[in-house]
Amino acid sequence: MIPAAFDYTVAESAEHAIQLLGEYGDESKLLAGGHSLIPMMKYRLATPTQLIDVGRLNDLSYINRSNGHIAIGAMTKHKQLETSDVLAEACPMLAHVASLVGDPSVRHRGTLGGTMAHADSASDLPAAVLALGGTIVAQGPNGQREIAATDFFKSYFESALEPDEMIVEIRVPADTGGWNYQKFNRRAQDWAIVGVAVADGGKGIALVNMGSTPLRASASEAALASGASAADAAAMAADGTEPPEDLNADGAYRTHLAKVLTQRALEAANGE
Amino acid sequence: MTAVMGTRMLRKEDPALLAGENKFIDDIHAPGELWMGMVRSTMGHAKINSIDTAEAEAMPGVAAVYTGAQLADMGLWLAPLPCAWPVTDDMVNPAHNPVCVDEAKHVGDIVAVVLCDSRYGAADAAEKVVVDYEPLPAVGSLEAAVANEVMAHSDLTTNKAFHWPLIPDPEGTEKAFAEAAHVVKAKFVQQRLIPSAMEPRGCLAIPSPAGGEITLYTASQVPHIMKVMVAATTGIPESKIRVIAPSVGGGFGGKLNIDPDAILSVTLANHLGLPVRWTEARTEAAGSTHQGRGQIQHMEVAADESGKISSVRVHLDADMGAYMMLITPGVPLLGSFLYTGVYDIPNLAFTCDGYFTNMTPTDAYRGAGRPEACYAIERIMDILAGEVGITPEEIRERNYINGGEKFENHDAASTLTFDSGHYRPAHDKALEMVKIADLRAEQARRRDAGDSKQLGIGMCSYVEICGLAPSRALGGLNYAAGGWEHATVRVLPTGKIEVVSGSTPHGQGHETSWSMIIADKMGVDPNDVEVLHSDTAKSPLGLDTYGSRSLAVGGVAIAMAADKVIEKAKLIAAHQFEAAPEDVQFEAGAFSVAGTPAKSVHIQELGFAAFAAHDLPDGMEPNLQEQVSFDPPNFAFPFGTHVAVVEIDTDTGGVELINYVGVDDCGHQVNPLIVEGQLHGGIVQGVAQALFEEAIYDDDGNISNPSFMDYLVPSAAEMPMMDLDHTVTPSTTNPLGVKGVGEAGTIGSAAAVMNAVCDALKPYGVTDMDMPATPKRIWEAINSNGGAA
Amino acid sequence: MTVNGKTRSSDVEPRTLLVHHLRDDLGLTGTNIGCDSSSCGACTVHIDGESVKACTVLAVQAEGTNITTIEGLSAVAEAEGIATGEQNWHPMQEAFQQCHALQCGYCTPGMVMASTSFLKENPNPSEQEIREGLEGNLCRCTGYHNIVKAVQSVAGGAS
Repeated sequence: MIPAAFDYTVAESAEHAIQLLGEYGDESKLLAGGHSLIPMMKYRLATPTQLIDVGRLNDLSYINRSNGHIAIGAMTKHKQLETSDVLAEACPMLAHVASLVGDPSVRHRGTLGGTMAHADSASDLPAAVLALGGTIVAQGPNGQREIAATDFFKSYFESALEPDEMIVEIRVPADTGGWNYQKFNRRAQDWAIVGVAVADGGKGIALVNMGSTPLRASASEAALASGASAADAAAMAADGTEPPEDLNADGAYRTHLAKVLTQRALEAANGE
Repeated sequence: MTAVMGTRMLRKEDPALLAGENKFIDDIHAPGELWMGMVRSTMGHAKINSIDTAEAEAMPGVAAVYTGAQLADMGLWLAPLPCAWPVTDDMVNPAHNPVCVDEAKHVGDIVAVVLCDSRYGAADAAEKVVVDYEPLPAVGSLEAAVANEVMAHSDLTTNKAFHWPLIPDPEGTEKAFAEAAHVVKAKFVQQRLIPSAMEPRGCLAIPSPAGGEITLYTASQVPHIMKVMVAATTGIPESKIRVIAPSVGGGFGGKLNIDPDAILSVTLANHLGLPVRWTEARTEAAGSTHQGRGQIQHMEVAADESGKISSVRVHLDADMGAYMMLITPGVPLLGSFLYTGVYDIPNLAFTCDGYFTNMTPTDAYRGAGRPEACYAIERIMDILAGEVGITPEEIRERNYINGGEKFENHDAASTLTFDSGHYRPAHDKALEMVKIADLRAEQARRRDAGDSKQLGIGMCSYVEICGLAPSRALGGLNYAAGGWEHATVRVLPTGKIEVVSGSTPHGQGHETSWSMIIADKMGVDPNDVEVLHSDTAKSPLGLDTYGSRSLAVGGVAIAMAADKVIEKAKLIAAHQFEAAPEDVQFEAGAFSVAGTPAKSVHIQELGFAAFAAHDLPDGMEPNLQEQVSFDPPNFAFPFGTHVAVVEIDTDTGGVELINYVGVDDCGHQVNPLIVEGQLHGGIVQGVAQALFEEAIYDDDGNISNPSFMDYLVPSAAEMPMMDLDHTVTPSTTNPLGVKGVGEAGTIGSAAAVMNAVCDALKPYGVTDMDMPATPKRIWEAINSNGGAA
Repeated sequence: MTVNGKTRSSDVEPRTLLVHHLRDDLGLTGTNIGCDSSSCGACTVHIDGESVKACTVLAVQAEGTNITTIEGLSAVAEAEGIATGEQNWHPMQEAFQQCHALQCGYCTPGMVMASTSFLKENPNPSEQEIREGLEGNLCRCTGYHNIVKAVQSVAGGAS
């Protein structure tokens, strides 16, 4: 399994990468850690003719706290999230979720920006950012814009990014309330069959692998807000979702798992 | 010198492997080599209307592109790929060409082959070959094959390949079932498994510049059989073929075939006069390497009021896949003799029907027929225990051969004779190690409390047939080859010992074990022993490694050859001592004359004497070397009791193996370190069948999970530590008293785990479940019974 | 890039996977390939001291980095003053032999490289942490029992 041939350019800066995206157009792809893109290229499910390597943009690798939120550079690796002192103090949920992505070797290469841009509904970190009510900072030819995580994910592997934009930063609120992440899978290294991220005591609940994108469990959130118990709120976790069917689960089983895991996550988040 | 056998000697193989210095097939290159890129059928069953190779031929570095039709015209081979086990005289065996012609029979069937000067170029060019397929109705499951409405081979009128019965006493069977107080029936499905040795397969054929000799390097368990079969298939004389299996990264049966790539690399290398190679990609392997299991078992037992079993009646439907490969049809029959398990059951009736499907061919996978048989009898023992109203422990205690006490030469209902056994000590020890009483108490507590984490405890007492095999017995089963093994032992002029073995290791540590046998026999340092193997030029005679046969046949041959060397050396020593041979004694490597121990000569010193041949006894041939072809008089029958403990999350269906205990008996152990390693790995492969792995096909014969992303080979994170112990009941089949252990773990573990899963779910009315016991299946089973405990 | 302490410079096709560059161009065949989906870890090497799967990194991405393969591990151990035995092994190599943590040896280089990287990040792991630390490395022979014991023995030795 060998990727099809392509040209390769190292971006010197975010601006440079965006300029190159504009020049090369549809056939080009940004390469960050490569742990989503390269496997797809080996199977020739993706055959870009031009890769623009943004993985060397070290100035996009940072975790800073400012003004009530944490700003994370797009090229920050999962391992850095996992071991960040800033996150440990101000957003331990993100560090914990990062520690459950793939396996250690994958976490040494994969980046937060890359996984957000890949927009896989089965990935852990996009759902965590969604539950936290995070913001994605995208940069394009006309400068930067902020996209709420709730508006970011559009469909299977499709985000609100324009073709000539790249993610430069992800922001999540600091010091929010109780959190928990439930990941259900058969092998530790695998994607979640269903995952549930609960942030801020249940104000944000996001579901992994329950639809074409990471999803907020809005019905559960609303129920909690109006005083429902964890169990009652969790019973609505899958409302409005169209969970996919694959080798591990069908819709009915995923719906059930979403409810069970949401209840567990809510109870754990609130110390019950 | 203290005994070496029985000690935990560290392996001689390890230093090179740990430094990355050894050579696996893909590490070896030849100047001018061409890479084969296989164009494989993307359809389960299709007519090939046309193949356009023009674009591929024009790719840089491409030397040639051949379709199946072109290759057939070129006449590179005399015969299709071989099946060495035509189990019945009327077995249907459609031609299996290395590259298919006109009709593709499974996803992965080779349709065309490109030859290119680079690894990447071959992958690119293969993609540019355009095949026009016309889909044909496909047989995408064993059930569909049995239904016989769609044919896997268009030119056949039935999917059934053979019917094979083993019914020694049909009247006895009828009587037993008619008179039984309990008759228990169950249907078990042995899902298809992908062998998944960590090293993918590969080959490299190098023609010599003149003379027509060809060397085939191949990641194979069976270089000797390969040599014979390449000769028989291609018409190249055996004397011109050298097969070398370099370091081989695991086999588990998956590397014992004569695959299309081997024949293609040899014949195309010969044709083009250039080295030709291929390395399998993991995802490709789902269609390029045979799979294991693929059986549906219809199992019935008849028992009296107390649960004592009088007969087992079983019918198998077995999935051959698209073609008969080397021993495809024989695999289910290898289990036929074990459906009575470790029990004193006087009657057995076994039948097997083999069917073609449009899926990857099946063949041997670790255990090959025996894990399936063990699973069926051990699962139904638990179901019967439930019927009778006794525990799984009690049902076994009531049925063990000779009441669980020691026996030798037990004639089983299958007509085989079990060499030796002593089942009760392993049973008792395993239950004690797992603390069965405490577990049952904890299980009861959780059941009473309605805990969402339920415990399940499952046991399995297995016996297996290994040490394949007495040649005469194999002949009786229509197997084409014999079951002997060859060994040569030489004392070299420098005093080093050279052992040439026909066994062909791929991870088992033969170099270490054979050195230990020689060290004890000959009184030498194991580091003075060099073991040559897996190269037909160095080791011309051999029948290779599979069926847990290496030690019980090949290792015994080495011990016997060493005995012959000692015998000859004794004559030389006697000659030097001017003593009568009967007065010469041999101890710790040294010969001396009884009563005058000061005068002695070490056997390693005699190597030079025999080589120089200046002063040998009259009429004695020079050199100190002897060879033995050992054909065992019987199989060996290792056994043991395993206990698995699982925890099931009844809310999610999640299942976790939390403890595993095994007490195994493989007779005398040469190296307990290696024995335990074999068991650990074998157990996990059985656990993997029970909980994780299944090659999943759709109705059209497409595989849904060919990669390691979806075919769930478990990792360390899914496994617990295993607690192993052993008993020793020497085999009566061979002078070392050894049995075999390569497959034992796999044979015992799947049943133990599934018995545990079903035990955990007993409060939910669950009595059986198909493998693998996935969370989804478990959740559905819990809920199909109302979800209430 | 620097590979096992030596500066290596070559022109490669951009699509060349690091593992093929190491094996086919540099002749470092100790690093193996067991799958094509980043699942098995047979190709694990260190880039700048951290384990990575060399089948999922382009050689061009590794430009300017410091790579260690199994062939270079004993030199690293020597530099760190922890090399042991006749073979001048890294303690993890030694432990793998002592604990019989390898059989066919195909996953072994990757498993050793993953284990050393893991222990650097977590010097005193629990058994479960070791198992999860090796979740991305598959072995078909050992059932992992002795691999976990080998890693435990090195971890114990270090603490």
